[in-house]
Amino acid sequence: MKELVLLLVGSALVNNFVLARFLGICPFLGMTRKLDAAWGMGLAASFVLVLSAMASWLVYEYILAPLSLEFMKIVVFILMIACLVQLLEMMLKKFFPQLYRAMGIYLTLITTNCAILGIALIVAGSDYNFLETTVFAIGAGAGFTLALVMMAGIREELEFADVPAAFKGTSLALIIAGIMSMAFLGFSGLVPM
Amino acid sequence: MRQHLDDILRGLFRENPTFRMLIGMCPPLAVTTSAESGLIMGLATTAVLICSSTLISALKKLIPNQIRIPAYIVIIATFVTIVDLLLKAMLPEVYKVLGIFVPLIVVNCIILGRAEAFASKMPISRSITDGVGIGLGFTWALTFIGCVRELLGAGTLFGFQVLGDSFVPWQIMKMPPGAFLTMGLIVFVLNSVELYRARHEQKRARSQIRLVRKEATGQ
Repeated sequence: MKELVLLLVGSALVNNFVLARFLGICPFLGMTRKLDAAWGMGLAASFVLVLSAMASWLVYEYILAPLSLEFMKIVVFILMIACLVQLLEMMLKKFFPQLYRAMGIYLTLITTNCAILGIALIVAGSDYNFLETTVFAIGAGAGFTLALVMMAGIREELEFADVPAAFKGTSLALIIAGIMSMAFLGFSGLVPM
Repeated sequence: MRQHLDDILRGLFRENPTFRMLIGMCPPLAVTTSAESGLIMGLATTAVLICSSTLISALKKLIPNQIRIPAYIVIIATFVTIVDLLLKAMLPEVYKVLGIFVPLIVVNCIILGRAEAFASKMPISRSITDGVGIGLGFTWALTFIGCVRELLGAGTLFGFQVLGDSFVPWQIMKMPPGAFLTMGLIVFVLNSVELYRARHEQKRARSQIRLVRKEATGQ
């Protein structure tokens, strides 16, 4: 139990997907102008992160490894994620139309998000079991959402601040990210690595 | 021929993917802890970009329009697998540093972006030169960021001691915050140059108008 909690904290805070591992930088810079959009993107991506980690663990363990087709993992995973997202989109459209309207536009962007393929590749080569994989993915999703929402909050506040023209936009976002990342370094003592 | 040269120069400077277009931002931040890893990551991406652009351009009449994106992704993923296995076998130490960012070349938006915007419409030879230009533009950007971070973070360049013993390395530059700060400041400098140039241009245009007016009233 203790190990699972440590795993969760480790993947959410210490090895934060955005701020320490540099996965999912595109939505982090592109979707954080508005707080609502950051929440939507964060939650949609977290959901797909967990599904992708679970599916890739199963595919790797029961299909690729027994057939010794490990070298095919890049092609297999990217197709698996594309199918997964498509399936999810269809299911949401049919059963939860309201949720679909809120999240739909983010889902199509998620297919080519490096965090989703990243977690599949991390999980496939590791020695996590299925439960640990799920917990790791939940932590990663929570950390991703946290980073996005914090960033959007800060950027919304800075919208009306009088910064030099050359700093506006991406430059300022990157420097904020640097400072946030420094703050997250403080978590590194939480989990013995 | 002239067009081909222009393709290469455009990718290197005017439409540099990292510094001008700001796309595919994960590798420039993640693998630039040293100049060497930045260079090798850039070259790996360039190899994939040139190969996939060539093949996609060659197959552009055969791939049906509706399923073109999945087809491109499979083509790109195949070349990434080849590069991944080659690097793992030939440069195991660098491969360890680059980690999952080599397989993640698949989802680099630069490659799919060039396939969709350029290779799917242009003849093969121009797709190759476009791939060379954009790829080398990406490579020099990564190497440059790697140089800055390595120089400040360790006082070395490509592993050779450059700054003297009195230099205290800035540990933070090798850590994740250093990547964000370096990239943020580079974008700031580029923005400043752009703004300065725009202002200069405006001033020149204005003085020209004044000159024309003076001539008109003088007559």
